[in-house]
Amino acid sequence: MVDAALAARSVIGRARLLSRWRKAMQRRSTIAFLMTLPLIVLVAVLVLYPAFYSIHLATLNKSMERFVGFGNFLFLFKRETFWMVVRQSCIFAITAVVFKALIGFIVAHLVHNVPSKGQRKWRGMLLVPWVIPPAMSCLAWLWLFDPSYSAFNWLLAKLGIGPIAWIGDAYWARFCVILVNVWIGAPFFMIMYLAALKSVPEQLYEAAAIDGANWWQRMWYVTLPMMRNIMAITALFSLIVTFANFDIVRILTAGGPIDRTHVFATWAFWIGIQGNDIPLGASVSLFMVPILTVAAIFILRDVHRRASEMS
Amino acid sequence: MTGASITTRAAPVRRHKPGSISRDRRWALRWSYFFLALFAIFFLIPPLYMLITSLKTSAEISAASNPWWAYHPTLGNFIELLSSPQYLTFFRNSALVSLIVVAVTMLISVPAAFALSRMRFWGSVALATGVFLTYLIPETLLFIPLFKMFALFNEWTDIQLIDRWWVLLPLYPTLTVPFCTWIMIGYFASIPRELDEAALMDGANYRQILLRVFIPVALPGLIAATIFAFTVSWAQFLYPLAFTTSADQLVLPVGIITSLIKGDVFNWGQIMAGVLLGAAPPLLIYAFLMDYYIAGLTAGATKG
Repeated sequence: MVDAALAARSVIGRARLLSRWRKAMQRRSTIAFLMTLPLIVLVAVLVLYPAFYSIHLATLNKSMERFVGFGNFLFLFKRETFWMVVRQSCIFAITAVVFKALIGFIVAHLVHNVPSKGQRKWRGMLLVPWVIPPAMSCLAWLWLFDPSYSAFNWLLAKLGIGPIAWIGDAYWARFCVILVNVWIGAPFFMIMYLAALKSVPEQLYEAAAIDGANWWQRMWYVTLPMMRNIMAITALFSLIVTFANFDIVRILTAGGPIDRTHVFATWAFWIGIQGNDIPLGASVSLFMVPILTVAAIFILRDVHRRASEMS
Repeated sequence: MTGASITTRAAPVRRHKPGSISRDRRWALRWSYFFLALFAIFFLIPPLYMLITSLKTSAEISAASNPWWAYHPTLGNFIELLSSPQYLTFFRNSALVSLIVVAVTMLISVPAAFALSRMRFWGSVALATGVFLTYLIPETLLFIPLFKMFALFNEWTDIQLIDRWWVLLPLYPTLTVPFCTWIMIGYFASIPRELDEAALMDGANYRQILLRVFIPVALPGLIAATIFAFTVSWAQFLYPLAFTTSADQLVLPVGIITSLIKGDVFNWGQIMAGVLLGAAPPLLIYAFLMDYYIAGLTAGATKG
């Protein structure tokens, strides 16, 4: 009797629960949440968790049994190689981004000058370095810089200039790494700047021309202010990517000669994966965070501003 | 005031003989072509040199004749590569990983972008910003903790993930999903609201709105995102280098570097042929779908 009543009540309760659950499942916010759930899980498990886990790893000793606090960082601060890597990473990223922006700017203007039916062809040709996977094009560059068969040295020899040790000499190696980075990244700037140039209304130039503005004045008072936003955000994006770059240095020089071209990413790989000192490698890669954060804050500010302008 | 001074300064220039402006423009155009050609040479030298070297035999390469010309072009390197089971394994691994990652990326990011752009819910704005931020976290920051995580996972569950090609399947979406979601949010947000309201009035549910209205309308964006996901997975180098080592588990970029370079003996003709074949899929996609490719490229920073 009691049992039956209880059972009936529990059935009713289950049914009510079920219907409430169904209703919840039909609610808009629940559906939306379920649709974003895979994204949230992916980002939480494979991006956010490892990001914080690397902070934890950085406080352990080499065999990962003992907590050493800031020991790894203090150890790094005492090593001369570390400071060299810091310096090289900054030089590498800043020089490469400046030249990418400069070349991208010039080439975008050149393409913009050409009659519009030819533009597509030029643009298509000039974006090829960006399309080839960097690991593949770096191998071509490595072969161009080959110590004994360098095709550049062959050309230079025709001009009577002695062979250059492209990869063997520390300064030339740094030059090569930056050159290849500029070669890969400049087309991206070109495309972004070209899109920005196309968005400048023609009337502004007409008005400037009527006012008698010369080429420099049109550039300074019309083009640059209109492009400023895209230029800044492209440069920041590129700064992040260049600063965290791995492929180019790894393939061209593997950090050599004697660590003279190592950047954070390649040095962290060298220590963490090849040297099997995971905590120290994690500490090295964490030094990328400050610069990345600063760039990210600026980008985010711009994104927010544009979002508020849109709505 | 300044305007007036500019006009007076510019006035003498404008009094030049008629026709000079069009002549100036013609010269500007010639110089543009000249410098464009210079930049095109700079940008195209490595791929052209790849092609030249790939057509040479080892004997011709080591003869140190003119490196910029193939005197006895041969397809031997390509034939040798395409009949080597090892290279075909790399190619198969790369193709499998890229295609699966593209499918997974689309399945995760399209519904998420739809929900984030149309169905406001608690925390959806913060989540959209968060997605964008994760796109800014480079893989070079994550590979060491991820490596340790996968090693621990192996200890706990006895499932071997490291040194198997499928370890890349959970790793690559961390690079592709945030950006693809971000592009798709932009494309979905540009669809007028009247469209989904009309569909709602006709009694469509959310699944139908997404499949019948949003995906067809935002198809260009979808193609751009797919191309992005494919090229990123095809080109990724750090994760396979850190996570796979056995020769039969490697993908193309790492495979070429670790297997074709044997000790100090560089068989450059074959390496360049391999590199050219490896660069072919993204180049072909680019050649045929250039507008979508560029749309995806510019959408990342301009949409939002």
